[in-house]
Amino acid sequence: MEFDPLLLSRIQFAFVVSFHAIFPVFTIGLATYIALLEAISYRTGDPNWARLSQFWIKIFAVVFGMGVVSGLVMAFQFGTNWSEFSYRSANFLGPVLAYEVVTAFFLEAAFLGVLLFGRNKVPPGVHLFAAVMVAVGTFISSFWILSANSWMHTPAGFELRDGMVHVTSWLEAIFNPSFPYRFAHMAVASLLTGGFVVAGVSAWYLLRGHAVTASRRALKMTLLMLAIAAPAQLVIGDFHGLNTLEHQPAKVAAMEGAWETQEGLPLLLFAIPDAANETNHFEVGIPKLASLILTHEWDGEVLGLKEWSADERPPVGIVFWSFRVMVGIGMVMIGVALWGAWLLYRRRVLDSPALLRTLTLMIPLPFVAVLAGWFVTEVGRQPYLLYEVITVQDGLTPSLTGGMALFTLIGYIAVYAVVFTAGIYYLTRIVRQGMPDDPEGVPDTQGRPKRPLSAADTPLDEAAGQAS
Amino acid sequence: MYDFTILWVLIIGFGVLMYVLTDGFDLGVGILFPFARSEEDRDIMMNTVAPVWDGNETWLVLGGAGLLAAFPLVYTVFLPALYIGVFLMLAGLIFRGVAFEFRFKAAPGRRGLWNWAFFGGSLLATFAQGAVVGTFVQGFATEDFRFVGGPFDWLTPFTVMTGLGMVAGYGLLGATWLLLKTDGETQRWARRWAYGLLAALMVFFVIVSLWTPLVDAYVRSRWFDNLTWLWVLPVGTVLVAAGLWRSLGRNNDALPFLSTIALFALFYAGLLFSKWPYVVPPSYTFQDAASAPESQLFLLIGLLFVVPFVLMYTAWTYYVFRGKVRAGAGYH
Repeated sequence: MEFDPLLLSRIQFAFVVSFHAIFPVFTIGLATYIALLEAISYRTGDPNWARLSQFWIKIFAVVFGMGVVSGLVMAFQFGTNWSEFSYRSANFLGPVLAYEVVTAFFLEAAFLGVLLFGRNKVPPGVHLFAAVMVAVGTFISSFWILSANSWMHTPAGFELRDGMVHVTSWLEAIFNPSFPYRFAHMAVASLLTGGFVVAGVSAWYLLRGHAVTASRRALKMTLLMLAIAAPAQLVIGDFHGLNTLEHQPAKVAAMEGAWETQEGLPLLLFAIPDAANETNHFEVGIPKLASLILTHEWDGEVLGLKEWSADERPPVGIVFWSFRVMVGIGMVMIGVALWGAWLLYRRRVLDSPALLRTLTLMIPLPFVAVLAGWFVTEVGRQPYLLYEVITVQDGLTPSLTGGMALFTLIGYIAVYAVVFTAGIYYLTRIVRQGMPDDPEGVPDTQGRPKRPLSAADTPLDEAAGQAS
Repeated sequence: MYDFTILWVLIIGFGVLMYVLTDGFDLGVGILFPFARSEEDRDIMMNTVAPVWDGNETWLVLGGAGLLAAFPLVYTVFLPALYIGVFLMLAGLIFRGVAFEFRFKAAPGRRGLWNWAFFGGSLLATFAQGAVVGTFVQGFATEDFRFVGGPFDWLTPFTVMTGLGMVAGYGLLGATWLLLKTDGETQRWARRWAYGLLAALMVFFVIVSLWTPLVDAYVRSRWFDNLTWLWVLPVGTVLVAAGLWRSLGRNNDALPFLSTIALFALFYAGLLFSKWPYVVPPSYTFQDAASAPESQLFLLIGLLFVVPFVLMYTAWTYYVFRGKVRAGAGYH
């Protein structure tokens, strides 16, 4: 049986990058939150803030550690499976990706150790500075990654010589047309992810009467942030969509499930796109709304997928449905955030077990939304790797066989299954163990600065807990 | 336009050497793990590398990204050619990294699984890295700057030999590191292993040194057509190995480790200079593999700012954790 190395490589990349992406998207938001907590703690001197911060630093450390592990794999994927693309675009992607690594390296070397282990060892001001720098560092890291990614969608600032990318303007290439929108969209997504996790865990603690003072404060501040960020994300997402319409109209057509170019395009709430027959089944839509959103006119014209030949269209079903999952979860987020803000205003948050339970159930949703969003944008880029320059077919490693790709795909799934089961299991253990009463009660780890995971001291299972 | 290729050869060359030396000793500790005398000794062994191992591995990520930026051809020929091997190496590194963290957090009676994961991961990653070296010596089937060989070109009797040689080499690095970081019975145990591993490493050195000129005509003419200064390297290797053997017999804790580092540096130099100026043998030189000058310059600016910082910090970490690690005193 012949396996298709292209399809398998795409599945493999989607798999490893999806697993990798959930860690940074969480740590970026969480680092910002920790920096904020440290700042308040520094100003007020109230130990409850330090207690909160120290708890979330522990979670941060484990997630950061898992991100480093999965990042190791990412550093080699471009070469193993997409060597032709890497070779031809290395003049831009190489330095930009290397800058990302260098930033992370620098961040870890300089500030992470101080944040994780330095609370009792350095002056409070230095500890706060380290917390802010770690947060800034995570944003700089995502700046480079998203710049590289955006450049694949909206390539700029380069010319091709003998098929090889040569940078003509670093500024234009790094700040390519879709980058500012993607960066803003992703930054707010990180805040929402971190916010909903913090809110969910705090709500869970409140339901169980654990660490009530600290959890109440955490919940209030995150609800306030979410009530601003969740609606803001809708606006940013809209701008991002308009930018996509300008530069990648085929992707937008797939998002809307629009086959024919038409004026007054309906917004489809439900449909089963049928690529073979170039039509949709079971359409349920709101007339003209998609045109209004995309062109800001009721009768604005939107290009349909038939404008492109079949081999230049992205897979419609995945893009169409991922988009609906993302937007749907976004709407739920806005609803829950506003509900929370309303109860906050009425000073009745704690009286509402329904809200607290809902927030706890919300914890996985932002991760699903982020992955769905990435599916929209990356699957929507198909069939290109570098938009309208290099197709995925051309970017594939020429020597790669289907058997090789299948072997590593199964292998990565097996490795990640073990690693992440252990990781998630361990994270839930930390959450279940709860916040120590004493904010200074961080074990003296003898200042081992290099290893994020050693900042968490929760034993792996019950027996170990009793033994230590 | 300036040409930064030589500067980048030095930077990447230094990064790879840093990786090999630092991750080498902690992988070596993993290779020696199942042979430890007791579970307490395993605790001590892990504690000697606990503060530094993941910093050591970061050099690998930097090396990967640095290669893509400075010598994309190396990145885009080596990785497809070593496809399966790279996967095995990464899987090994991930498993041992996870085992590392969770062994400490598991109940004492439940560490067996993590012990084996730590050993197996270390062994697999080391063997794969040795096979990379062997593949580099063998050369790559390329056409028009693309790898055109098969999935198992990297797995030949010769690369199996270099893979096993690497296991002995990292094992020796690990044993002499433990000699430096432990005392008492643990140290005596490490010394016994160091003798055996040094002997094994020298056997592999002789085999590979004789085999390489047979595999590769370029290397043969390089070494045997004229009497070159290259012969300094094997002579140096023999002298350093003899010195290492003697220092093992004396009560010197640091010299064996430093000598092993010198051995690795000599092997590394021998490898590079045997092939120089080819970096994707047999067809492409460093110049052929280099990225555009403006791309090299762009990254250089940031790197020159950051690398001194990272080096200072690395040195500081090793300084903080200097001295012997003893039972119970380490990290739990």
